[in-house]
Amino acid sequence: MKKNTLAMLTIAAAFAAAMFTIPIHAHGQADVNHSTEIRIDNFKFTPETITVPVNSQITWINKDDVPHVIAANNGAFKSKALDTDDTYSFSFAKPGSYEYFCAVHPKMVGKVVVK
Amino acid sequence: MSKSKLFDQTASGLIEHDHNNDGINRRGFLKCMAWAGAGAVCMLQGGVMKSFALGSQMLDGTHSNSTGELSFVQISDSHMGFNKPANPDVIGTLQAAVAKINALPKPPEFLLHTGDITHLSKPDEFDTVDQILKATNKEIFFVPGEHDVLNDNGASFRERYGKRSKGQGWYSFDSKGVHFIGLVNVLDLKAGGLGFLGSEQLEWLENDVRHLKSSVPIVVFAHIPLWTIYPQWGWGTDDSAQALSYFKKFGSVTVLNGHIHQTMQKVEGNITFHTACSTAFPQPAPGRADGPGPMKVPAEQLKAILGITDVNYVQGRHALALMDSTLA
Repeated sequence: MKKNTLAMLTIAAAFAAAMFTIPIHAHGQADVNHSTEIRIDNFKFTPETITVPVNSQITWINKDDVPHVIAANNGAFKSKALDTDDTYSFSFAKPGSYEYFCAVHPKMVGKVVVK
Repeated sequence: MSKSKLFDQTASGLIEHDHNNDGINRRGFLKCMAWAGAGAVCMLQGGVMKSFALGSQMLDGTHSNSTGELSFVQISDSHMGFNKPANPDVIGTLQAAVAKINALPKPPEFLLHTGDITHLSKPDEFDTVDQILKATNKEIFFVPGEHDVLNDNGASFRERYGKRSKGQGWYSFDSKGVHFIGLVNVLDLKAGGLGFLGSEQLEWLENDVRHLKSSVPIVVFAHIPLWTIYPQWGWGTDDSAQALSYFKKFGSVTVLNGHIHQTMQKVEGNITFHTACSTAFPQPAPGRADGPGPMKVPAEQLKAILGITDVNYVQGRHALALMDSTLA
């Protein structure tokens, strides 16, 4: 009886350890090689709404002839002024819905949904 | 024409208004606007829009209609630092504007710059504009555009131009009996919103004009238009209605704005609204393009679509005379 219990506990522990390590390892592989692009063109964010997994990095690139400033509505992130071809990246570590706008041209709005 | 007010609520917002006992002829106004691009000058005098070809006798300063007791010039949107196809030489076009100012038959008392002095809020861009405008030998009153406050919420702008200003950069001054008010509507912009004045500035404004006699002519200048021209492109100010309500008692109110890089005018009650051309690059007419960005025109046409505004005040007349002229 004791031997069986010990064996079962060991197997359970090993299984639990496997459960914890494998998903984290998979996430690490996913975000190191991958940044999702949002393009700024003609005073619009494209795509306007994007859904990405937790720990994703988003990179905005400005293709307009005027500068833009990316600012989260809730203050979670804010870029410097981005001139033509400048980029700004932000990694989303927490899930949630991040509405943002251009602080210079506030009619320009977008949303990043992190799941 | 009778003294009653006639309101024509068209999409353009132009109304017939018996202002100063003269009528505003809307057809004449539209014709005048079409001429402005070809180098004509539209003059609003006592509520009547008249047009003159540049160089005509009527503008030589000796004709009583164009002799004012106070003249000043509005320039706007110099965007120093911009170097894209729509204008690779914003220095040259600003210098052309200065040459035009220096050649005016009646020299202005001072200049108003209604913002977007620079393109990227950089110190050397501000320095270059200051350097170029020195050649006018006139005092210049500035208000910031959104391009002038990109990095520090206007701190360096106020450091440079805001010695007399309150709060985030608003101020007023008097010249020859006319009360001038510089407003800032490009800070603390809200997501999805338009230009924004804010409660602190509105409170200051109400107090600033409270004790003025209703006969004092008022000139308000701010970067983003204080009337709603095209909200889809951010051409308007969310809380301007409250600001304008403080001017109800005055006989003559002129609102001078920039931001849209084209001339537009509207008269509503005692208020004349006017936007100036840019000295850097044009932008499309509302809705005529995907966005409000710099608009490329053939190089030889560029100077005909950039310009300055000469403003004349004649004591006793209600409305100021606004003369838009292009650089070529």
